[in-house]
Amino acid sequence: MSLLLKNISLPLAHFTLEVNVEMNRRVTAIFGPSGAGKTSLLDLIAGLRTARSAFIQLDDDVLADTAKNFSVATHRRGIGYVPQDLALFPHLSVRQNLFYGCKSSAASGTPFSFEHIVKVLEIMPLVSRGVTELSGGEKQRVALARALLASPRLLLLDEPLASLDTPLKEQIIPCLARIRDEFQIPMLCVTHDRFVALTLAEEIIVLMRGKVLQTGPVSEVFARPANAEVARFVGVETIQPGRITSVADGLATVQVGDAMLVALAPTAESRDVFVCIRGEEVILQRDTAAATSVRNRFAARILSLRPEGPLVRVELDAGFPLFALVTRPAGAELALREGETISALVKASAIHLVPR
Amino acid sequence: MTAVEWQIVGFTICVAALSTVVILPVGLALAWALARGNWRGKSVVETFVTLPLVLPPVATGLILLKTFGKHGLGGFLQDKFHFQVIFTWRAVLLALSVMSLPLLVRSARSAFEEVNPRLEQIARTLGAGGWRVFFTISVPLAARGIVGGMLLAFARALGEFGATIMVAGYMPGKTATISLAIFENVQLGQDAHACRLLGVSVVLAFIAVWSSEFFLRRRKTS
Repeated sequence: MSLLLKNISLPLAHFTLEVNVEMNRRVTAIFGPSGAGKTSLLDLIAGLRTARSAFIQLDDDVLADTAKNFSVATHRRGIGYVPQDLALFPHLSVRQNLFYGCKSSAASGTPFSFEHIVKVLEIMPLVSRGVTELSGGEKQRVALARALLASPRLLLLDEPLASLDTPLKEQIIPCLARIRDEFQIPMLCVTHDRFVALTLAEEIIVLMRGKVLQTGPVSEVFARPANAEVARFVGVETIQPGRITSVADGLATVQVGDAMLVALAPTAESRDVFVCIRGEEVILQRDTAAATSVRNRFAARILSLRPEGPLVRVELDAGFPLFALVTRPAGAELALREGETISALVKASAIHLVPR
Repeated sequence: MTAVEWQIVGFTICVAALSTVVILPVGLALAWALARGNWRGKSVVETFVTLPLVLPPVATGLILLKTFGKHGLGGFLQDKFHFQVIFTWRAVLLALSVMSLPLLVRSARSAFEEVNPRLEQIARTLGAGGWRVFFTISVPLAARGIVGGMLLAFARALGEFGATIMVAGYMPGKTATISLAIFENVQLGQDAHACRLLGVSVVLAFIAVWSSEFFLRRRKTS
């Protein structure tokens, strides 16, 4: 699948959505905070909104080209759309909803046949019910099935898990993964949920205030955010301003607060940087004398301990504010207490410097 | 009730029902365009549609008389097609339709506005064209408001007087409706006839308005 979005310009209430990207992966996540223009972008691709300027091409088919005043009607685009509120038709039964867009070509035995989709999404017991009798997770699966039965060549998902609580999220994620794997259908998934992006997507587009701030493989964007704003949004715990004092052998020495640390030298020339460190990359150690290959070792005072599910977030003063994430058993083993001093270790390669 | 009175009641119900059916496609189209569209001149059309509600009915009747009279469109229809409107049952139908159209449009418009546009949009992504979306999503979801509006329009048509007397006159057996007959009987001092028709009129109006309220109220609670 190749989806090209070129010269997109759509004025919204507080900013203009401006996008130039090409997506080639099976599942792409459009990742950004609420109000970033993500849903508007999906609406544009589906043909539900008209942009001031836009060139949209799906594989070899041009769907919209404002320069030539050309636009394929929504109902002819073959793009499935599952909106955040699911938009199940309340006056129709589940069966009628499912068959609303069902193509006659979706014959038995094909991937998009009724039997196959109903089986994959496990909704057979729901077919005879009314829409109002469904739970949140059931509605989600029915909406997905309805979109798939129209045999789309691209599936747009708007915040597929936003309205669900954690147990339901855990039900739906495998459904989405099955859709991705069974139907081989390209998906474009709008989300502000890191979990969704990490579990489903191969490629990520970070969108904020209508601008694309970074695109790339999910692991790269999460590990090496392009700037402090993206770093903050992808959940990097420690983001501190620093200044590169020297660069030698591909390593940069950076002053952050009262501390000096060593990181891989950035490709950009700027000496003023943000130092980004993920909490899980910080190692806490009681035995300060032990030899180690880690380049950065700080004597850090524990400011606070906050349990977060199976982890504990440890706020440290290492000459600069530093956050570590350790498992609860590890925290118990180290007998961490607020006010104590402990060694915090960070590998040079785990520190990501972004220009300021 | 005399045979003539029954004929008047039957004629009134038939023409009022026919006028409701006649205005339905136009009313729905206008209501949908006003609810969903954002087009130039929308407020002007909106005002024109509402005018018969606020203009004196005889003024609306006079406009119709001038438009469909022998010096207007009526003259052309008479000459070309031998089709007479003024002072026939068609004039009654015309007056009832024009006077009741705003009530249908207003109710249907507000019903369409309450339909979540996202449902119509998603129906389009499922391959449905404009007409299919309209008839399978918009109309069914707005059905209560539309039916309520039709009943209101029917009730309004049952009681129409001012515009009808202007374009159709009072011709027993030809253009006489309940309202016109009540007026005529009172003028002639035949109060018993007038009161019997008044009773029928109250019963019919009560049923129509009550049913309309039923549908409109259910729409609000659903």
